[in-house]
Amino acid sequence: MLDKEGIAKRIAKEIKDGFYVNLGIGIPTLVANYIPHNIDVVLQSENGLLGMGPFPFEGEEDADVINAGKQTITMLPGSAVFDSAMSFGMIRAKKVNLTILGAMEVSENGDIASWKIPGKMVKGMGGAMDLVASAENIIVAMQHVNKAGESKLLPKCMLPLTGINCVKKIVTELAVFDVLPEGGFKLLERAPGVSIEQIKNATAGKLIIDGDVPEMVI
Amino acid sequence: MNKVVNGADEAVRDINDGATLMLGGFGLCGLPENCIAALVRKGAKDLTCISNNAGVDDFGIGLMLKQRQVKKMISSYVGENAEFERQLLSGELEVELIPQGTLATRCMASGYGMPAIFTPAGIGTEVAIGKEVRNFNGKDYLMEMAFEADFAIVKAWKGDTMGNLVYKATARNFNAVMAMAGKVTIAEVEELVQPGELDPDHIHTPGIYVHRIFQGKDYEKRIEQRTVRKK
Repeated sequence: MLDKEGIAKRIAKEIKDGFYVNLGIGIPTLVANYIPHNIDVVLQSENGLLGMGPFPFEGEEDADVINAGKQTITMLPGSAVFDSAMSFGMIRAKKVNLTILGAMEVSENGDIASWKIPGKMVKGMGGAMDLVASAENIIVAMQHVNKAGESKLLPKCMLPLTGINCVKKIVTELAVFDVLPEGGFKLLERAPGVSIEQIKNATAGKLIIDGDVPEMVI
Repeated sequence: MNKVVNGADEAVRDINDGATLMLGGFGLCGLPENCIAALVRKGAKDLTCISNNAGVDDFGIGLMLKQRQVKKMISSYVGENAEFERQLLSGELEVELIPQGTLATRCMASGYGMPAIFTPAGIGTEVAIGKEVRNFNGKDYLMEMAFEADFAIVKAWKGDTMGNLVYKATARNFNAVMAMAGKVTIAEVEELVQPGELDPDHIHTPGIYVHRIFQGKDYEKRIEQRTVRKK
């Protein structure tokens, strides 16, 4: 079974040389720490930055340089800043190659719920609806089950939706799945030490297992 | 074309009860701190505020919420504010949550003189309820209307007396799009300079969009999430 860092490490393998990548808040933010050094990747932060770098050294933080999670960050050489309309313009125009974000639920047809728990959490969708509506390559990073132990991979989302038919891949602490265009979670890899049985038990939506499923290498 | 006013109180002098305001900034980054303080002093109420976030309890729009000056917030993300949540749950405050890109682009449309935009954000979700859907090249898009705001209040890094503005780093965010979108646009800047001191090639907001400008003072520039690494 993977911890959060493990999920981030596995997802980092999906990032290819030359990609512009948007990382969401939570586990996706950790992915930045595991991008291989031999590839050239630019991180987009939807508040208006391409070229996001690591956190600043103590004492060098600048209130005018933050990421979409409102954390102080740095700008790497070659960075570009722009306004919020252009930021979502480049997202809508599919210039960003990969979007990695968290979720509360994903359905077997690729719907995602991530922004609202009626009666409990009223924070808003931020940029998530724009990202999932336009991105062609969306990976969800999340825990397989919620705090009550219920599966988050469902036949149909129960919570208010963020977007429909959009999630392409899911990485959880148990496994990696493709979400198939015709519907269903296709099991690609098992996390180290995790059995097919465990994955079956934790997956409420349609699970597709085709032949031997390898253990992931991270 | 001198747009200079004598400080924040003069800049917001005619923002009265019931006005619709755009307020620039993302989280606490790039907030028009001086104008918010002046609005709190002035005490205008029943305001509709279009702003990506609602500040925190003791900074940003949170200061206006505390004085019950806000009737309605139009935002994309409003966490981090206990007073906001209290007013929302008690029904004192009306809130319209919209996708961040839609929010930005509805501002942009206003500044570009376009009545509406089409965006896929929100298709198939509760955001789409009651909105016109159009299909282009096999994909559905929502029609979203340009915003109309009585005042846009923005913060820039530098500006000249003609209203030309330059922003710093990610403090540009919503400031640059909202600056284009107010019937009256008020800009507060950290440094006010004379015409000719800013390179025309480096202007982010041309002065034609800006009606009032002043040099702000005592910027706190609070950091919401101070994240650092060790040397």
